[in-house]
Amino acid sequence: MSDNGTFKPVIVGFLCNWCSYRAADLAGTSRMGYPATLRDIRIMCTGRLDPTFVLRALQKGADGVLIMGCHPGQCHYQEGNYKAIRRFALLKRTLRQLGLEEERVQLHWASAAEGVRFAETVTRMTKEITALGPLDWSHNWPNEDPYALEEAAHE
Amino acid sequence: MSDKKGKLGLYWASSCGGCEIAVLALHEKILDVAAAFDIVFWPCVMDFKYEDVEALEDGEIDVCLFNGAIRNDENAHMAHVLRQKSKVLVAFGACSFGGSMPGLANFTDKDAMFDWIYKQSPSTDNPQGTLPQKHSQVPEGELTLPNFWRTVKTLAQIVPVDYYLPGCPPEAHQIEAAVTAIVTGQLPPPGSVIGPDVTVCDECSRTKNEKKIKHFYRPQEIIPDPDVCLLEQGLFCAGIGTRSGCGALCPQVGMGCRGCYGPNEGVLDHGAKILTGIASVLDANTPEEVDKILDTLPDPAGYFYRFHLPQSLLRRRALGNGQKQTAKTGEAT
Ligand code: FES
Repeated sequence: MSDNGTFKPVIVGFLCNWCSYRAADLAGTSRMGYPATLRDIRIMCTGRLDPTFVLRALQKGADGVLIMGCHPGQCHYQEGNYKAIRRFALLKRTLRQLGLEEERVQLHWASAAEGVRFAETVTRMTKEITALGPLDWSHNWPNEDPYALEEAAHE
Repeated sequence: MSDKKGKLGLYWASSCGGCEIAVLALHEKILDVAAAFDIVFWPCVMDFKYEDVEALEDGEIDVCLFNGAIRNDENAHMAHVLRQKSKVLVAFGACSFGGSMPGLANFTDKDAMFDWIYKQSPSTDNPQGTLPQKHSQVPEGELTLPNFWRTVKTLAQIVPVDYYLPGCPPEAHQIEAAVTAIVTGQLPPPGSVIGPDVTVCDECSRTKNEKKIKHFYRPQEIIPDPDVCLLEQGLFCAGIGTRSGCGALCPQVGMGCRGCYGPNEGVLDHGAKILTGIASVLDANTPEEVDKILDTLPDPAGYFYRFHLPQSLLRRRALGNGQKQTAKTGEAT
């Protein structure tokens, strides 16, 4: 969140080394403009994406998570992104049951040549999440322990 | 330990009582426990008052086996008191370790629960819509009830815990091993889960082949082959991502692992690990095909977090979203 009260989301990006990370590079070197909301983390392949990473990001304060990799059929490890498709589908259903809006966790493809597509995806997702507002997940469990509350009151 | 007897305490917070039965399932070994320890607090089987335990010196209890999740002020109070009075505090059973069945309440909210339990459920007759009150006046004076929390917590989320003994309930041979370790002083490093760090699949004797699933079945829908991996046959089994020590009891009798022993060492989120395992056996490559298979698996979050939702990274459903929703339709059930 920026100081002047307008909400600027934090999106954690997991980008595969061979396609989407390079697409991000290309977007940068071509001086394409897109919102500075993405904190990208390079993974070797979307098949490396443990759903724990996504949950951890949300728990630690991210407003959204963007997973990007090579187009189906073009994974540099043959099937990594097919694994990602399966995990993502199941993760999406799980997160829906936990009350998370669908737009907050997304999976998209961008090849190393698709800097424009990368920039557009970040721009669109930023808009969607800005409309939803902050996630602030840890506020879902306010401290209810009277001992801890009393201690906090004395500090 | 010298000939001086140690002091043992047992307590149940938000739990079903199964853990207490599990202690009694030690059978004659319970006599060894009684020989090694004086039981100073065990409200389930003997008449103790909270004042009794509050009157003890700090650290006077050598070992406290604490079962049950923390879901109200009373549970939390006893967790703090027993932490203070005990040298070794053991989170005993799936509820105190991960939240377990009481923790499933984190899929919904206090208000929605009260509404269902005290007003809507078909067996309820409550025309005035009376709800439990924290304070109520009766001719004898004021009666109070402990505050009911919105979010169920695990024991370790409230006070520091020395050891964990997972299971719903922990198996007798593991309780025995833990008690022996405590009596002989051969304890693992503090903070450990007592028990082997293998998965249920390691202990399951069913034959495992390559798994490719096109359809999930509920247990009542098929009669599974007695010798082949249940997951291969389309029955949900959490064994792939769940710590063993139970001897793979459930899959052995045709029921997929429920996940009660929780995550293995180093795992941050039990559900995420089961999810990954389940996703990897789906026989599909496009989102549409995957969705078709997943439509046969209702309530995935319930499967993944059956025993460890409060301990998971996200801990609960977003507050204020009311009733638990089904994954498929997104509609309130
Ligand atoms: S290498 Fe890019 S998705 Fe596998």
